[in-house]
Amino acid sequence: MSKKSKAGDHPAIEAHDLVKVYGENRALDGIDLTVRRGQVFGFLGPNGAGKTTTIRILATLTRPDSGTARVLGHDVISERDAIRARVAVTGQFAALDEDLTGYENLIILGRLNGLSGAAGKQRADDLLAAFELTGAAGRPVGGYSGGMRRRLDIAASLIVTPDLLFLDEPTTGLDPRSRSQVWELVRQIATAGTTVLLTTQYLEEADQLAEQIAVIDHGRIVAEGTSAQLKSRVGSGTLHVRLLDGDQRPRAQQVLAGALEGTVHLAADPLALSMLVATPADGTDVGRMVGRAMIQLAEARVGVAEVALGQPSLDEAFLALTGHTAGPTAIDHQDVSA
Amino acid sequence: MSAPAAVTRPAAAQTHQIDILLAAGRSRRRAGALAASATFGRRAMLKIKHDPKQLVDSVAIPILFTVLFTYLFGGAISGSPGDYLKFLLPGVLTMSIAIVTMYGGARLAQDVTTGAFDRFRALSVWRGAFVLGGLLSDAARYLFASAIVVALGLIMGYRPDGGAPGVLAAVALVVAFGLSLSLLWAAVALLVRDPAVVISIANVVLMPLSFASNIFAQPGTMPGWLQAFVAVNPLSHVATAARGLMSNAGGTGGSVAWSLIATAVITAVCAPLTLRLYSRRG
Ligand SMILES: Nc1ncnc2c1ncn2[C@@H]1O[C@H](COP(=O)(O)OP(=O)(O)O)[C@@H](O)[C@H]1O
Ligand SMILES: [Mg+2]
Repeated sequence: MSKKSKAGDHPAIEAHDLVKVYGENRALDGIDLTVRRGQVFGFLGPNGAGKTTTIRILATLTRPDSGTARVLGHDVISERDAIRARVAVTGQFAALDEDLTGYENLIILGRLNGLSGAAGKQRADDLLAAFELTGAAGRPVGGYSGGMRRRLDIAASLIVTPDLLFLDEPTTGLDPRSRSQVWELVRQIATAGTTVLLTTQYLEEADQLAEQIAVIDHGRIVAEGTSAQLKSRVGSGTLHVRLLDGDQRPRAQQVLAGALEGTVHLAADPLALSMLVATPADGTDVGRMVGRAMIQLAEARVGVAEVALGQPSLDEAFLALTGHTAGPTAIDHQDVSA
Repeated sequence: MSAPAAVTRPAAAQTHQIDILLAAGRSRRRAGALAASATFGRRAMLKIKHDPKQLVDSVAIPILFTVLFTYLFGGAISGSPGDYLKFLLPGVLTMSIAIVTMYGGARLAQDVTTGAFDRFRALSVWRGAFVLGGLLSDAARYLFASAIVVALGLIMGYRPDGGAPGVLAAVALVVAFGLSLSLLWAAVALLVRDPAVVISIANVVLMPLSFASNIFAQPGTMPGWLQAFVAVNPLSHVATAARGLMSNAGGTGGSVAWSLIATAVITAVCAPLTLRLYSRRG
C-alpha cells in the first residue's frame, strides 16, 4: 500500500446513507460504504439489489435523492469533474461502439482523454496487445465474443490509468475461461495500484478477488467483512453426499449431523443428503472436518458413492446472512418499478 | 514487478505488460473542447464508414424530392425546366435539408440508449463536445445532401444566375438553418430517447412547415389565414432567401436577415436545453 501516503488520507470511497428512489421502489435504502485506497472491494448481491445504482451515483452519472458520498476525496454532487478525471467505469453492459473496430474505439477514447495522436495510437496498440486483442483489433466490436468485448471494455477504462475503477458485474454471462481471464486482469490492475470496486452476483468471485466484501440486498448492506469473516457467518460450503444404498440414509443423516454439527437436508433423490458446513471456530480446516465425518460414516458401515464440497451459493449465503433467499423477492421488487 | 523482460510464459509476460502500461498511463491532460468535439465528429464519420446505410436518408431524400417535385409541380408552372427550376430548386433544397435533419435526431436517440453514451457522459471533457461533434457530422451530411440537390438540378437544366457564389451562399444559409433544427431534434431525442418518437414529432412539425410555405407555390392564391402562416413560417423565409441568393435577385436582404434570426433564435433556445438534457443525471 505504498500509494496510500502519496494519495492523501481520504479513503477511495466514503458514502453515507445513500438513498435513491424510483417511483415506489427504494433502489437504495441507506447505503454506507467505505473503501480504502488500493483495495479490491467486492459488492455482492442479487439482481436488483442496487449495485448498479450505487456505482452510477459514485461515478457521478446518477444523483442520489439523499445522502452524501465522496470519491477520492471529492463530493459526487458538487465536484463531479474532479471525480470524472480520475475514475473509470466498466458498466454491466459493454460501453463500446458496436460499429467501430476495437482499435477505433480505443483511439476515440484516447483522444477524449487528452492523448495526442501518436500517444493514443501507441496506447491503443499496447492495450490491445496486453489484453490479447491484437488479432481482433481491426474488426467491428459487434462481432466480438462476450469475453473479447469484456476485455476491450476493461481496456477502454484503462486508456488513462484511473485511480479508481468501477467494474459492474464484469464476468456475468462469461464462460469459465473468459471469467478466469477477467479475474487475472482484475488482480493485475489492483497490483498496479488502482483501487477496484467490483460488483458481482457470485460469492466465489468476491471471495477470489476482493479483500473486503459488502453484501447488498434490497438497497441495504446486510453484511460486510473480509471473505473469511463472511464465511464464518455463512459456512464454508455445502457438503453433498450420495450413498450406495438408500436404506442407509437415516443412519448417514445421524452420523453427519453429529460429526459436523448442523442440520442435514434430505434431497429429493433418495440416495442424496446435503448440509451447510460451518467454518470451524478453532481454525481447523474444513477438509479435516469433512474427512473425519467421512471416516465416521465408514466406521458406521455406510457406503458412500460420491462426496462433494461446494462453495455456498449466493442463495445459501443470503439465507445464512438475512434469513431469506435472494431470488424471488428481488424479482418482485423489480416488477413494482416496471 | 521483478519479472525480467525475457520471461516467456505468456501469463507472466502479460502481467509484466499490464503493470508497465498502468504505470505509464498515469499522466493525464484534459482534452480541449475543440479537440473533443472534433473527436466526436470523427466518431460519427467512422460510424458512416462502417455502416454506409446510415447515409441513406441524406442521399435518398434529396434525390427523391428534387426529381419528384420538379416533375410534379414543374408542369404547373409555365416555361422550360430551366425556368421553373429557378423558382423550385432553392425551395426543394431547403425542404430536403429540413427533412434530413430529423434523422440525425433519431440516430442520437438510438445512441443515448447505448452504454457507449454513458461512458462519454462520464468523461471529464467539455459537456458540449458530444453535441457539437454531432453537429459537425450533421454539417457534413447536409453539405453532401445539398450537393446532390444542386448537381441534379444542373443535370435537369438549372442555371443559377447567382453563379457559384450565390449557390454557395444559399447552401451555407440552408445548412446553418438545418443545424439549428438539428439542435432542436437533439433536445427532443435526449428527452424521449426513442428514435421512432423523434421521427413522429419532427414530422408533425416539419410537414406543415414544408407544405404551408412558399416552397411550391406563391402564397397569392392561398386563403388569408394560410398566407399569414406562410409569412411567419421560417422555412418560407429560408426558401425565399435561398432563391434570392441563387438567382442573384435584388431585395433578398430581408429574408436573409429573417432566416439568420430564426436560426439564431432556435439555436439560442435549443443549445442550452440540449446541453442541460445531455448532462442531466437520472
Ligand atoms: N432508471 C431506473 N428507473 C427505475 N427503476 C430503476 C432504475 N434503475 C434501477 N432501477 C431499480 O432499482 C433497483 C436496483 O437496480 P440496480 O441498481 O440496477 O440493481 P443491480 O445492479 O444490483 O442488479 C431495481 O429494482 C431496479 O429495477
Ligand atoms: Mg446491475
